[in-house]
Amino acid sequence: MTEEKNIVIIGSGMAGYTLLREIRKIDKAAKLTLICADNGDFYSKPMLSNALDKQKDPDALITTRADQMVETLDFELINKTFVTAIDSTNQCIHSDRKTWHYQSLVLATGARPIRLPIMGDGSQDMISINHLDHYRHFFQKLAGVESIAIIGPGLIGCEFANDLASQGKKVSVIGPDPWPISNQLPQEVGAYLQQKLEALDIRFYIRNSVQSIIKDHKAYNLILQDGQRLDVDLVLSAVGLQANLDLAVGTELMTHRGFVTDDMLRCSNEHIYALGDCAEVKGRHMPYILPIMQGARALAKTLCGEPTKVTYPPMPVAIKTPACPTVVLPPHDRNTAAWQITHSENGVKALCYENGHLAGFALAGDSVSEKQTLVREIPPLL
Amino acid sequence: MNKWECIVCGFIYDEAEGLPDEGIAPGTKWEDIPDDWMCPDCGVSKDDFEMVQV
Repeated sequence: MTEEKNIVIIGSGMAGYTLLREIRKIDKAAKLTLICADNGDFYSKPMLSNALDKQKDPDALITTRADQMVETLDFELINKTFVTAIDSTNQCIHSDRKTWHYQSLVLATGARPIRLPIMGDGSQDMISINHLDHYRHFFQKLAGVESIAIIGPGLIGCEFANDLASQGKKVSVIGPDPWPISNQLPQEVGAYLQQKLEALDIRFYIRNSVQSIIKDHKAYNLILQDGQRLDVDLVLSAVGLQANLDLAVGTELMTHRGFVTDDMLRCSNEHIYALGDCAEVKGRHMPYILPIMQGARALAKTLCGEPTKVTYPPMPVAIKTPACPTVVLPPHDRNTAAWQITHSENGVKALCYENGHLAGFALAGDSVSEKQTLVREIPPLL
Repeated sequence: MNKWECIVCGFIYDEAEGLPDEGIAPGTKWEDIPDDWMCPDCGVSKDDFEMVQV
């Protein structure tokens, strides 16, 4: 008789639930347990930053309730529970009340928003959104708000800026970056996106930063590095995410920008795996949807007895700014990338070649229609 | 003709429009799309789409 598989997953985000789905597609019998801090409803995190324009209130974002997930996928859900420690020697995990044994453990703990240390009594009121509950809080605050400052002109900051401006809010975006989404987009494409967002009356304060946030009745006074002052009703912080690695404490698990894994998503312990925003796979920390999908498919096979390496085809990232649809596939080495820029009437296209081969691209406006054709020219990452 | 929405990213497949960029002709019914097809925006599988009322 073969031993029954006992797989424990920590985290009910896109990574945890996608893995559950993929496992169930190939193994109906494995014993699956999912432990999570929230109540386990399934929702799409990428939709949080463009939900307003889609007229979605927080509850409408829940695509499947926790009890329906349990019914369809047949697993044990331990919700509203914080796992406090991993005992890798005895293959068990602890919460403050209980202990669970695992044969294989999957860390899908995600990431948490980075909070910049900003002076002033208003800085603690900054809202960061990386969970449905954060969105709920934000949604409630939004009533009566006319002006919003977004700290961080990155991907999430730009998506929220577009979404809020589409609701008639007065939006300012602030950050030290030389142009929007400068960690992924070449200058010309970032500038094009900025121009399209400015056409919605979004104001950019780039190469700048927020020095202090002072509470003033129901509003906030922001003092910028260059001395300018902004008065707004709400401050959103979108300066990036860091992997949630708390469970590494007291274990031998190696961490860097995420739990360090090999190409089977295995951590530095043979029974523990990591998937999604909390994982750094062969040196790559890619907190996006496509890597989760690719990883979940490979990991499901591995956990079900067929060791499978994760493969990363070219994975473009779509930036959900309806005012300027944008898609980017950054080249592996962004620092030395030389971009060839082509402007068209309603778009801009940037291509990056390495050794005569297409290595990356950034497309904005009408040019996004070329995505599929360009993707086919790019070799897989892993 | 129906529309199908990706439960992860909200991408909409409109049978009437097809996806000519991917070689799926306008008018292609959902059931005629290959089973290994994936969402062009986020890579979820065909199973993870739901029909949306228009």
